[in-house]
Amino acid sequence: MNELLLIVTIAGQRVALPAAAVESVVELDTLIPVPRAAPHVAGLSALRSRVLTVIDCMRSLELGTSDTSDGIREAAVVELDGHHYALIVDIVEDVVEAVGDLSPVRAAMGDGWERVSKGMVESEVGPLLLVDVEALVSGVETRAA
Amino acid sequence: MDDLIADFVAESREMLEALGGEIVAWEANPDDRPRLDSIFRFVHTVKGNCGFFDFPRLEALSHAAEDALADVRAGRRHPDGPLVSAVLVIIDRIGEMIAAIEAGVDFPEGDDSALIDALEPGAEGAAAPVVTAVAEHARGAPPRTIRLSVELLDRVMSTVSDMVLARNELARRLRETPTDVSVDGAFERLSAIIAEMRDAITRTRMQRIENLFVALPRMVRDLSAELGRQVLVDIEGGDVELDREMIEMIRDPLTHIIRNAVDHGIETPAERLKAGKREIGILSVSARQSGNQILIDIQDDGRGIDGNKLVEKAVAAGLVEKKEAGKLAPREQLALIFEAGLSTAKEVTAISGRGVGMDVVRSNIERIGGIVEVDSTPGEGTRMTLRVPLTLTIIPALTVSIAGQHFAIPRSAIVEIVRTNGGSVTLDSLGGAGVATIRGSRVPEVALADILGLESAVAREDRNLVVLRPAGGDVYALGVDKIHDHEELVVKPAAPQVMATGLYAGTTLADDGSPILLFDPAGLAEVGGVKLEAQDRTARVAEGPEAAAPKAVSVLLFRGLDGARRALRLAVVDRIEEVPVKAIKPGAGQLRVQLGEAILPLAGVNDELGKEKVRVFRLNDGTHEIGYAFREVIDLSAIENEIIPAENPAEISGVTLIAGEPAEIVDAHWLFAHHLGSAASATTDRPICHLPSGDPWMQNMLRPIVEAVGYRVVGDDHDAQADLVITSEPRKAGKAARTIVLRSEPDPTGKGDESIYRYDRAGLLMALKSAGGKSR
Repeated sequence: MNELLLIVTIAGQRVALPAAAVESVVELDTLIPVPRAAPHVAGLSALRSRVLTVIDCMRSLELGTSDTSDGIREAAVVELDGHHYALIVDIVEDVVEAVGDLSPVRAAMGDGWERVSKGMVESEVGPLLLVDVEALVSGVETRAA
Repeated sequence: MDDLIADFVAESREMLEALGGEIVAWEANPDDRPRLDSIFRFVHTVKGNCGFFDFPRLEALSHAAEDALADVRAGRRHPDGPLVSAVLVIIDRIGEMIAAIEAGVDFPEGDDSALIDALEPGAEGAAAPVVTAVAEHARGAPPRTIRLSVELLDRVMSTVSDMVLARNELARRLRETPTDVSVDGAFERLSAIIAEMRDAITRTRMQRIENLFVALPRMVRDLSAELGRQVLVDIEGGDVELDREMIEMIRDPLTHIIRNAVDHGIETPAERLKAGKREIGILSVSARQSGNQILIDIQDDGRGIDGNKLVEKAVAAGLVEKKEAGKLAPREQLALIFEAGLSTAKEVTAISGRGVGMDVVRSNIERIGGIVEVDSTPGEGTRMTLRVPLTLTIIPALTVSIAGQHFAIPRSAIVEIVRTNGGSVTLDSLGGAGVATIRGSRVPEVALADILGLESAVAREDRNLVVLRPAGGDVYALGVDKIHDHEELVVKPAAPQVMATGLYAGTTLADDGSPILLFDPAGLAEVGGVKLEAQDRTARVAEGPEAAAPKAVSVLLFRGLDGARRALRLAVVDRIEEVPVKAIKPGAGQLRVQLGEAILPLAGVNDELGKEKVRVFRLNDGTHEIGYAFREVIDLSAIENEIIPAENPAEISGVTLIAGEPAEIVDAHWLFAHHLGSAASATTDRPICHLPSGDPWMQNMLRPIVEAVGYRVVGDDHDAQADLVITSEPRKAGKAARTIVLRSEPDPTGKGDESIYRYDRAGLLMALKSAGGKSR
């Protein structure tokens, strides 16, 4: 499998997102909160007249809250079921090619990571955790339900 | 090859859909040559196409049907009931097969020879039920069309929406920076083109509601055959256009209502005869556009809904408290059919009456921002009205803000906007719950800030109250910090994570490109803890004594179209509306304005109307409404100084000082007297004419004539004294000022016979007029 991976850092951890799922990487400046929404929904933003639902990945993983005070955040834009989401990450690093197949992670991960993990994937920069974008977007509520 | 099959499927489906109504019409009148031809054309086309592909069963079926129909066309055979049924069954089978081809699955193995045999003359077929359909005749040549995928259209639509937003942003940037006149000119042109394009593309998504209606005659035919009813379907307004998505959304509710009408509404022929009605029940379905809404009426002349029975059921089912039940108004009684778990059918049938039904219909219609209304007279029939917005995507909304964040509320749900610190509103707190008293009626009040869990810097007393009526529900007041603007918003569905809150109906972008959330008023109420259903039934509040207390007369200070400073007593102002200039037109002797569905006389037009929009006060004297055009509202104020009366009674009754400056007082009484004129008397003092409810001739033929002469027509259940009774049975002539007896024979039966022949129009009109003159 020679899938392209987008390497991002979430909560200080380097993880991979399937690059095919990521439409673009943007810098968000406005963030309109959505009162009463699930905690991992950081708010709404707009990208070229499209409404983005902004997901705070750290909250989705229950690893704290992304620091959104300084104004500009980097985010990866993905599309799921016709809706566009912006996933707030710490840093977007690079796009690399995956080497070899997906293999299960046999070591114990944190709760949040366990939920979004698709497995471990080898790359030229070493092993990376491949994150399930859908699980990241749906957040904790799926587990609660 | 796949493309060819897809084309074949699409073509066949299209023909099948169009055929639905034709078949039933053909059955009603087998000698109808154009209908026969179009059915023949369909089977012929299918047969032709099958030869090209490898669909042997489809070919055999269509071939057999074609042969039989060819015989009919050539006059060798008469299209009797069994033949018609056999053809229908074959067309159904063809439809199923085509659906299977489309889905890419194999059609279950089977033998079609039974169907084909049924076509033979003298074959035993299912007895055809008697159903007749009145469809619109004479279709012209079809306009030139091409087939486009809906996805492509959606993409174009969303691109155009984006374009509008981009234009808005550009407009804002241009305003901020000084620009050349030529740039402005070019931008104006661009704007106009974009507006036109948006208009055109919106129309591409529109579909004639006919698409929804064509299937109805067939459905009613099948239903009535199954249930042993005889039903005449009357369809009107198929050319009304509606957003494609909306059509899909109302398909199920409409189907359900029609099933109910046939199953529960229309009686069996025997019952109908006993009730003095024609054997054949009439089910009329009509669509019309009213403003930016589409109204679909489904009316039957069946047994109607018994409100008292509904109440009994509701009490038995624990939906309504017993002591509350007695207080329900007839309308509220009928509205109970929308409660979950209530069905009036004596027994559960396969068609309807499972108790899941009308509540689902209502929630489906409400989901798309529509309303269902029911009106019924026991013994005479039921009318259901669906009101749905024209499109889902662009809706008028009011923007409000709370704690600095903007939100939008759909205009359709807003009843009025009141200021908390105005004299007409008092706020109370009952066990922590807010209750606002607005002009004597108590309305639950919730603060938006509390619902959203936001901190509001504005004190409760200083908030604005937006009085909302969620679709079909009851009013409640929402306290917001600030009211901004009316805007037409392009609404897009929000992500599921946002919708999960239950508060929002979608998202939209403001002119500056920042997202705005659109509220769902029913959701707000629910999260805010407002008990919607209970409110309407219990809050029958009499005017409190405190209402009489204020002495100073509150007035609304405004500037008229001619710029004059005027004041109008606040009590007569119902609300303020903004209308396009083109809604104002002279009609029946004076200027009139269209406000929603009402056409009101318009006063206050003493200068140019301006270019686009005019603001209009909606004045109400309790019975009638008139409009009053003005330029702007200055303030709410009170008359404290002496009024210097005008010399002659006219629009201005006098002048006084308000806030240190003179203002003219508009005389509302004179306005109503002058602008309403004869209309006022016509609606209230119309003489009453009683017509027997059960007589279709009276109701359908005579009633319009009687009403045109100026009577208000009442039926058997009307207890009050009628001014005039029209009957065909001389002995029944009862307590009325005058009676007109009609006979069905042209010649009088004897010398003393003072009756009038029912088709003697001149004699009838004369009698109606002279009776009217006496009773006044």
